Amino acid sequence: MEAFLHQVFSGLATGGIYASMALALVMIYQSTHHINFSQGEMATFCTFIAWALIETGFPYWVAFFATVAIGLVGGMAIQRIFLRPVENAPILTNVIVFIGLLVIFNSTAGWIFDHTIKAFPSPFPRGTFFDTQYFSSHEIGSIMVTLLVLVALYAFFRFTPLGLAMRAAAQNPVSSRLVGIRVSWMLALGWGLAAAIGAIAGMMVAPIVYLDPNMMAGILLYGFAGALLGGIDNPWGAVFGGFVVGVLENVLGAYVIGTELKLTVALVLIVGVLTLKPTGLFGKVVVTRV
Amino acid sequence: MTQPGQLAELRYFGLTVRQWTILGAIVGMVLLLVMPFLLRNYRVFQINLAMVYAIAILGLNMLTGYNGQISLGHGAFYAIGGYTAAILMHRYGVPYWATLPVAGFVCLVAGFLFGLPALRLQGHYLALATFALALATPQILKYKHFEEFTGGVQGIVLDKPEPPIEFSFLGQALSQDRWLYFFTLLVAAIMFLLAWNILRGRIGRAMIAIRDQPIAAAAMGVNLAMVKSLTFGVSAMYTGVAGALGAIVVAFVAPDSFNIFLSITILVGAVVGGLASIPAAIFGAIFIQYVPNIADQISKSAPWAVYGVFLIGLMYLMPTGVMGLLRLVGARLRKYAD
Repeated sequence: MEAFLHQVFSGLATGGIYASMALALVMIYQSTHHINFSQGEMATFCTFIAWALIETGFPYWVAFFATVAIGLVGGMAIQRIFLRPVENAPILTNVIVFIGLLVIFNSTAGWIFDHTIKAFPSPFPRGTFFDTQYFSSHEIGSIMVTLLVLVALYAFFRFTPLGLAMRAAAQNPVSSRLVGIRVSWMLALGWGLAAAIGAIAGMMVAPIVYLDPNMMAGILLYGFAGALLGGIDNPWGAVFGGFVVGVLENVLGAYVIGTELKLTVALVLIVGVLTLKPTGLFGKVVVTRV
Repeated sequence: MTQPGQLAELRYFGLTVRQWTILGAIVGMVLLLVMPFLLRNYRVFQINLAMVYAIAILGLNMLTGYNGQISLGHGAFYAIGGYTAAILMHRYGVPYWATLPVAGFVCLVAGFLFGLPALRLQGHYLALATFALALATPQILKYKHFEEFTGGVQGIVLDKPEPPIEFSFLGQALSQDRWLYFFTLLVAAIMFLLAWNILRGRIGRAMIAIRDQPIAAAAMGVNLAMVKSLTFGVSAMYTGVAGALGAIVVAFVAPDSFNIFLSITILVGAVVGGLASIPAAIFGAIFIQYVPNIADQISKSAPWAVYGVFLIGLMYLMPTGVMGLLRLVGARLRKYAD
């Protein structure tokens, strides 16, 4: 029983990271109806920046917030430079641009920072009072960070004028434009926020899986699975889905199928949700008129 | 304007257009047959791989270019084809040429089955499901309960097939690679001819109709579900045959060579060559075979950076790829000639 509980809790910890990725995907999907395939590589690239900052001697939290800021600005820049020209292009064009971004980030990360696997420090070292028999301190720390991000985002969207403007731009771009909201910049801000959340997820997962250019590939897949399970247009659902996928992955991996087929679980989950209940658990049912 | 009738009458250097075309075709054929004897074995091997890629790209192009279904997971079908051929040859001693139809059939079924749930998925979601397929492929291939067949992480090492006849031409013997060149060329020719027949006929028109106007196509009596999943199957069959050929040409299969980047490579080839065009697959294949070799000299990571820049750059500047550029140049020249 104790072993089982431990699996569940460490599942919750990785689930928090998947939830962050899912949230980042939902942020972009809500406003643009595009699925960002380069989300994982963007996060990895940010994590590499954090690693470089820490290596040059910055304290962890300075590097952390600097990386989040770089992610925010970088994400906005990417939207402005690469995605704005294809905003109204067919889906295929967008998917190909995303894949282009994916390979560019992946290869430049390898080019600049080398392909060797690197250890990434955790801000929550072992042996502090957080450590319990079910949780390591990093696990509880990363869950706390995820929850903090969630609360901050909720407050931002719920209580600030900018958050309101972003919600409006996502819900009804044309009317928002008419009342003076700069819709295109709101999309850019959405990208920036998504990149920043991705950066946080990357920095939280790197101490567990180690840092290399392909670090996020699997995590992105779990993020997708979580987002789809919860409903890709519902942030809360996506977070819930992320946690569920984390626990499911850990428990199934430990007791049913072994660790080798974990990605296949995500594949089955994605195809299953998409075919059986495309809106996910909490998504809106979209009716199209033909 | 030149009328088609007039065009036939026009003579350039004493030959009509038709005669020039025939002459060009004959010269091309002779070149194709002589070329392997003019090159070193390694170069021939590279050309073989390029032809294999061309078949795979053609498969993806049928699905994405003609039918509008986005697949980021064709590497998985390439892997299924490759492993089917390798297992048949290695475990059951099946001759290499006989593995191709089997691999094609297995992939046809696999593609059709994956195409059925994919019917419910549009655009991004299909891209996502196939993306997941591509990411999970190496893991499935490494799975320990399949190890007996797949050889696990080590993969399967094969023997290159011996040429059936021995002869020399221009002082060069018909080596294994040169024999495979002719074999691959024949298979590629058959596959391209088949594709041309499928795509210009009734089914091809139905595929394009579904891509452009699914509702109108359904109203015209096109069976959407059937055509879409069949296209998925046929497309997977092409990529599977390419995978089987690739396994024979390289004489080796291993799980980690069938990762997500293989799927992206095939997509790059299709996009660079030009979507919805059959000859485009050849240009795409040449691109993905030779550009990484050149870019590799700068850095190990450079080929992928180049791919990325090409993908995005082409989407902005030349969404129709090399074929689109050729058509544009052709149209300009014709206008200029008039």
